[in-house]
Amino acid sequence: MNKVCIMVRKEWAEVFKNRMVLFTVAFLPLIMTVIPLGILFALRSEGGMADLTTEMPDAFSAYCPSGLSGGDCFQVFMVSQFMMMFMILPLAIPATIAAYSIVGEKTTRSLEPLLATPITTLELLAGKSLAAVLPAVVATYAAFGLFALGAWLLVPNRLFISAVLDARWLLAIFLVGPLMAFMAVLISVMVSSRVNDPRVAEQLSMVVILPVLGFFFAQFAGLVVINRQLVLVAAVLLIIVDAILLYFAERLFQRETILTRWK
Amino acid sequence: MIITENLTKKFDQITAVEALSIQVNEGEVFGFLGPNGAGKTTTVRMLSSLIAPTSGRAVVNGFEIGKDDQNIRRCVGVLTESPGLYDNLSAEYNLRIFAALYDVEDIDGQVEKYLRMLGLWERRFDHVGTFSKGMRQKLAIARALLHEPKILFLDEPTAGLDPEAARLVRDFIAILSQEGRTIFMCTHNLDEADRLCERIAVFKTRLLVVDTPGNLRRQLYGRKVVFHLREAAQTLVDEVRAFPFVHHVELIDGKLVVTLDEPEVHNPEIIRKLVNQGVDIQFVGELRRSLEDVYLQLVRNA
Repeated sequence: MNKVCIMVRKEWAEVFKNRMVLFTVAFLPLIMTVIPLGILFALRSEGGMADLTTEMPDAFSAYCPSGLSGGDCFQVFMVSQFMMMFMILPLAIPATIAAYSIVGEKTTRSLEPLLATPITTLELLAGKSLAAVLPAVVATYAAFGLFALGAWLLVPNRLFISAVLDARWLLAIFLVGPLMAFMAVLISVMVSSRVNDPRVAEQLSMVVILPVLGFFFAQFAGLVVINRQLVLVAAVLLIIVDAILLYFAERLFQRETILTRWK
Repeated sequence: MIITENLTKKFDQITAVEALSIQVNEGEVFGFLGPNGAGKTTTVRMLSSLIAPTSGRAVVNGFEIGKDDQNIRRCVGVLTESPGLYDNLSAEYNLRIFAALYDVEDIDGQVEKYLRMLGLWERRFDHVGTFSKGMRQKLAIARALLHEPKILFLDEPTAGLDPEAARLVRDFIAILSQEGRTIFMCTHNLDEADRLCERIAVFKTRLLVVDTPGNLRRQLYGRKVVFHLREAAQTLVDEVRAFPFVHHVELIDGKLVVTLDEPEVHNPEIIRKLVNQGVDIQFVGELRRSLEDVYLQLVRNA
């Protein structure tokens, strides 16, 4: 565990000196927080918004608490569309950190001296993964917390707040988020083994955001409604996918493979 | 200290190292010479438990590679071909990371010791990215020594360094040798190997020869003694050739060049003969072949 902590501290000391990484970790969560808050603020400032529940997918109406007016319910629907933004953070941040940390180490050839120490490959992989996952999880939680606080201050209607911050989003942020972050890191490890430019690794790793964007647009189009069951299914699927990816990443992260096969 | 028996490494169809059997003694500076792509780095990687051999075995400090890899990594220090430092971090922080990974107890003390020994103490807070190539190499050597390893693997320790920096590194290797460390050194610098190494192995995928530099010269070229004479006549060649211990004699630019096995024993007899012939001997010296000649002949013949 001690060596994992050493690795995490080393990664942070190095990788946070990179402007691209700093931007992704610091500004992306801010942007992702401001957008739903802005939507919420804009909708609330409209005052007595007309009842547009007919514009919502039928499946969504079921998630509207009975005490809410039609206008409030539509606002909950609109804000929920942008809650998916928070699911981009656990993918984008670790993909960026891992790309710079692994490919950076590969291009400066600093991996070999590191592999010559008594650190195990699992400790090394865990250190690199945690160094990428932890900032992503903390940034996502912080961004979500900031959004919740903003919503709490902006909207006096507590029923409305509980509808926006309901169990499905709490599950998505606190359970699915870390699982997604872990997946992004493992994909970055695999991508990094084949490329020599951190920017290329980052861009290729960012492909993992596409399914989330797909859900974002599908939800917007009314094709999918993010509900508690869907979030739980996603969590189970992610656990399986993470286990499979971990198996391949661990094989790819062996000393001999890194030294002789990584190009 | 290091024993290999038929150590072999294959990458798919390519054999990088073939049946290497050597023994490196405790406290010895052992030179590992060979052309590019000969398999030197692969050998170092196997002996430092970075990659596994395809077949054969090796024991490093009593630990067998493939079985006691963690113990091997704890007791060896490796200077890799490229320094591989973290450019965005300070020299001190670079060392602190590795000291912690090697479970060094007195991290502050060890980091200070080696930064001072290698003349980097004043620059300890500077980013490594601002360092010259020589400074980077010295820092990489310091990193390999933090945990006081008994065995050091040095892969091209002076490659690309200017003469002054190379001299500093060589002097430091000599100090490490005096401390009783076993040093396994891959190098292209034959002059360096000649000066530092007690024995050298010439290697090109397979082992060509292992011996002291002096013995290798002797085996390949014999020992040549040059007699500088005030006046040299061709008749002298025949006189000297008559000795049973003389292998070859030639007269070059007024100098008599004699090939024989033991000059220490037989030179006086030759000198006596020449003096009796009335020849004035100005001085006598041994003609040393460079290790480069030895190396090139071995590698070309391989």
